[in-house]
Amino acid sequence: MASQEEIKFLSNPALGQQRKKYCRFRKFGIKHIDYKDPDFLIQFVNEQGKLLPRRITGNSLKYQRRVATAVKRARHLAMLPFSTDLLK
Amino acid sequence: MKQYEVTFIVDPVLSADEIKSTAKNYTDLVVHESGKVVHVDEIGLRQLAYGINKRNTGIYYSIEFQSEAGALIPKMELAMKRDERILRFLTVHLDKYGVKYNDDKRNGKIGKRSKDKKKENAEE
Repeated sequence: MASQEEIKFLSNPALGQQRKKYCRFRKFGIKHIDYKDPDFLIQFVNEQGKLLPRRITGNSLKYQRRVATAVKRARHLAMLPFSTDLLK
Repeated sequence: MKQYEVTFIVDPVLSADEIKSTAKNYTDLVVHESGKVVHVDEIGLRQLAYGINKRNTGIYYSIEFQSEAGALIPKMELAMKRDERILRFLTVHLDKYGVKYNDDKRNGKIGKRSKDKKKENAEE
């Protein structure tokens, strides 16, 4: 039988595997999300200005809620649009 | 002493000293009402994400202040509501992480967003 090393794969076996998602707030120890800083909040908003779900951003529940309140406050202060077509 | 932060947008059509006097007016109000102004941050002229009564730009101010009794807040908000020079305002209570974030930001510990994470990381 061919030993382990000799087996050649047509394509990289780990191709489809998903990178392990992590909550960046817990990993980098960010405790406060500033609602006045739209460049940071834009990462959590899609092209139409809508909030991205947790399964996409990978945030933990606690920080996803804080991001949501920060984005809503930024929208109130016209730093982020309520809805637009090409945001990024 | 609870720490609050009020961010408001001033009408850009006014003259420069008119805008300064608006901000000054509210800092004086805080001091007058026995609150303590921690920091007045003039974020300056910014493009608004959507039009607010026929204006597309605005001058952002953010005043951080401390006050025990919350009596200061309704008075200030009432004054801001009546003031036509102010397009929009938002008062927020800061928790200890918020206070720490703002102090760090002032001391330049938190740089640009990309550095934000590394700096935060190094700091923690």
